[in-house]
Amino acid sequence: MAKRTFKIFRFNPETDEKPSYKTYEIDVQPAWTILDVLNEIKWFQDGTLTYRRSCRHGICGSCAMMVNGINNLACELQIATMKKDPIVIDPLPGFEIYKDLAVNMDPFYEALKRVKPWLINNDPAPSRERLQSQEEFALMGNSIACILCAACTSSCPSFWTDGEYLGPAALLKAFRYTFDTRDHGLDQRIEALDNKHGLWRCHKITNCFTACPKNLNPTEAISKLQKRIVEEKL
Amino acid sequence: MIHRHDVIIIGAGLAGSRAAVEIGQVADVAVLSKVYPSRSHSGAAQGGIAASLANISKTDRWEFHMFDTVKGSDYLGDQDAIELMVREAPETVIEMEHWGCPFSRTEEGKIAQRKFGGHTLEFGKEPSLRACYSADFTGHVLLHTLHEQCLKHNVNFYSEFQALSLIFRDNRAIGVTAWDMVNGGLHTFYGRAVMFGTGGYGRAFHITSNAHANTGDGLALVTRAGLPLQDLEFVQFHPTGLWKSGILVTEGARGEGGYLVNGEGRRFMEDYAPTLMELAPRDMVSRSMQTEIDEGRGIKGEDYIHIDVSHLGEQKLMERLPQITELAMNFAGVDPRIEPIPIQPTAHYSMGGIPANPNCRVTYNANRDETVGFYAAGECSCISVHGANRLGTNSLLEALLFGRRAGKQIVEDLPHLEFPNLPADYEDEAKGEVEKMFNSTGKEKVGAIRDELQKSMTLDCGVFRTKEQLEKQHTKIEELEDRFKHITIDDKGNRFNTDLLEAIEMKHLLSFSGAIVEGALQREESRGGHSRKDFPKRDDDKFLKHTLAWRKDGKWELTFDKPVVLEGVSHKGFEPMERKY
Repeated sequence: MAKRTFKIFRFNPETDEKPSYKTYEIDVQPAWTILDVLNEIKWFQDGTLTYRRSCRHGICGSCAMMVNGINNLACELQIATMKKDPIVIDPLPGFEIYKDLAVNMDPFYEALKRVKPWLINNDPAPSRERLQSQEEFALMGNSIACILCAACTSSCPSFWTDGEYLGPAALLKAFRYTFDTRDHGLDQRIEALDNKHGLWRCHKITNCFTACPKNLNPTEAISKLQKRIVEEKL
Repeated sequence: MIHRHDVIIIGAGLAGSRAAVEIGQVADVAVLSKVYPSRSHSGAAQGGIAASLANISKTDRWEFHMFDTVKGSDYLGDQDAIELMVREAPETVIEMEHWGCPFSRTEEGKIAQRKFGGHTLEFGKEPSLRACYSADFTGHVLLHTLHEQCLKHNVNFYSEFQALSLIFRDNRAIGVTAWDMVNGGLHTFYGRAVMFGTGGYGRAFHITSNAHANTGDGLALVTRAGLPLQDLEFVQFHPTGLWKSGILVTEGARGEGGYLVNGEGRRFMEDYAPTLMELAPRDMVSRSMQTEIDEGRGIKGEDYIHIDVSHLGEQKLMERLPQITELAMNFAGVDPRIEPIPIQPTAHYSMGGIPANPNCRVTYNANRDETVGFYAAGECSCISVHGANRLGTNSLLEALLFGRRAGKQIVEDLPHLEFPNLPADYEDEAKGEVEKMFNSTGKEKVGAIRDELQKSMTLDCGVFRTKEQLEKQHTKIEELEDRFKHITIDDKGNRFNTDLLEAIEMKHLLSFSGAIVEGALQREESRGGHSRKDFPKRDDDKFLKHTLAWRKDGKWELTFDKPVVLEGVSHKGFEPMERKY
């Protein structure tokens, strides 16, 4: 057990004029994550601390937040691996603060919807599965593992300056369907992708790649998608 | 605020979302979810979804799947529902493929399939490769594909709404009340049909694979509306939860060839299930592990066992089991490519739930009489395809398939269902509950009560149970119910009040946990996931029956007179026999 200090962003727009940081000293048990610390505070010290959580093992994507300046999933971040003291916890940047570490993610989900994130294929469905070779399956890479936690989009300076920018998560989803050999829908997505709030807003800053807790690479996916669109238009 | 839609669905996991896709194309459907839909717990399922596609095991067919499911259920599963499930499984899975679900592929480009516990060919002869998968995040890709279909069909989502009460009068479901998490405030949703797809109750236990959100909310609402719950004592303890946290290590790890070793370095499953070894059903493997631990043969004599997948090699691990490789590193601090993973049984799945028939209509007595306008599917329901023990990969199948059935049934029933009138007292129960939580000034804290409930449930209502333990736990729950009346919450605001949310969830956990313990106490036999040390044998004469539990005047009333359906729809059914693997 080790005592660690946590500086946590607090802001309740109902009652606070401006945000502040509150400091907590916590006895950290071995193998505790940031989420364990937040739970310890909420359950036994200060019930007003507000954050989202659910699966607590990195698959639901609820608990993305900024820890020591980098977006990550609170449930996956082991305290023992973090040397900095105090550990500073902020909400995901670029979104309206609902309360403390919980932000309004509506713009994120709306951007997702703009890329038509569903399989587009109007051919009559066969009686069995559509065949897809292992090589064709591999074209989607690990984009299918995206959990929509928004760590990437929220880390992107281009998103901070252009709220209408689709952002890396929605573009990764567009990549996932465009490079799915079963999909025929690029012409229906191109309007959302091929404009200044779409693919071309990406300046290859690669924050998204650094932030992704699932080790996905939206920057690379965006590059491939850009190339595909250029080819499509030729 | 009052919201009116044709259909109100609670829960956006596989069952709720699948029903919504069906209904959304012809009627006005609203889906309430306590989390954003893609964060539902279906997404945590890892290893696969069962269907006898016969892509690899060429001779597989639904009769084998039916036999395995019936035997796996320790004969408590209703065989009419099981037959419908296994027969409709292939089309249900293929439909998801057509909707774009990214399944892993065979060399021929078909949906890839792997082995899973209890799934066999030729009625138990050898393992079948029946689990359709996408690496080890099958639930994740199914959930996201379905959510995307919901977006395509413009389903109305009310995300981050916590359901508080079921409005149910004169055998008719009218709607629900729910708390708007973001802004605060009580909302009422009513419609011609109400469907629950609210998930399981794993959070009644300390060591659990379940998400924080899995607090059995739907069950709590149903029992408080005066309806019965069924078979709650049947809780599945998954053998391979990460030691101390209970986080799931997929059974696919064993399906791909991983094995279990005890403190003596021995594959002890040869003593318990010589034919299927590690691929025996979960209840048997968990009991075998717990016996090894209890008899001092855990690793270093402690309360855990090892699962070893290192011999599978890095390439196979990264291709087929990438998530558990990462989980082991992040949460157990071990690298499964070179060392074994410490594991223990973890509360994983709720076989029991809201009694419903294969058309997903909720029933209210031992005669299976139906309520009107009320449907349930997925883990919250007890259509009883799993009976006393669920086979791995049958849960994703159940949620998806009965979500689909529920959706189709509701579409068929809608022309006969008028909009009900909201009763005058429609929000009284919920309003009273929330006001009480805001105004209460007692000394008790929700966190402490929850901690005590969960730890005592794992300790005294776990893999093995005795009369003494269960009576102790009965008293414990009564004490906690009493103490809960004296809680105080710190957060008195409206905006995003998760302190209030946790108090509501705690109240829900306490609303049905007593039924788990009462069922376990009164069911004096061992069957599937329910194992009594003092009654080690299955007793078909007395207990080849479903448990129904009603909450009346603060006490649980149980009956054991709802017969199990022992015939299929077309199949003559499988006679109960001794369960060996």
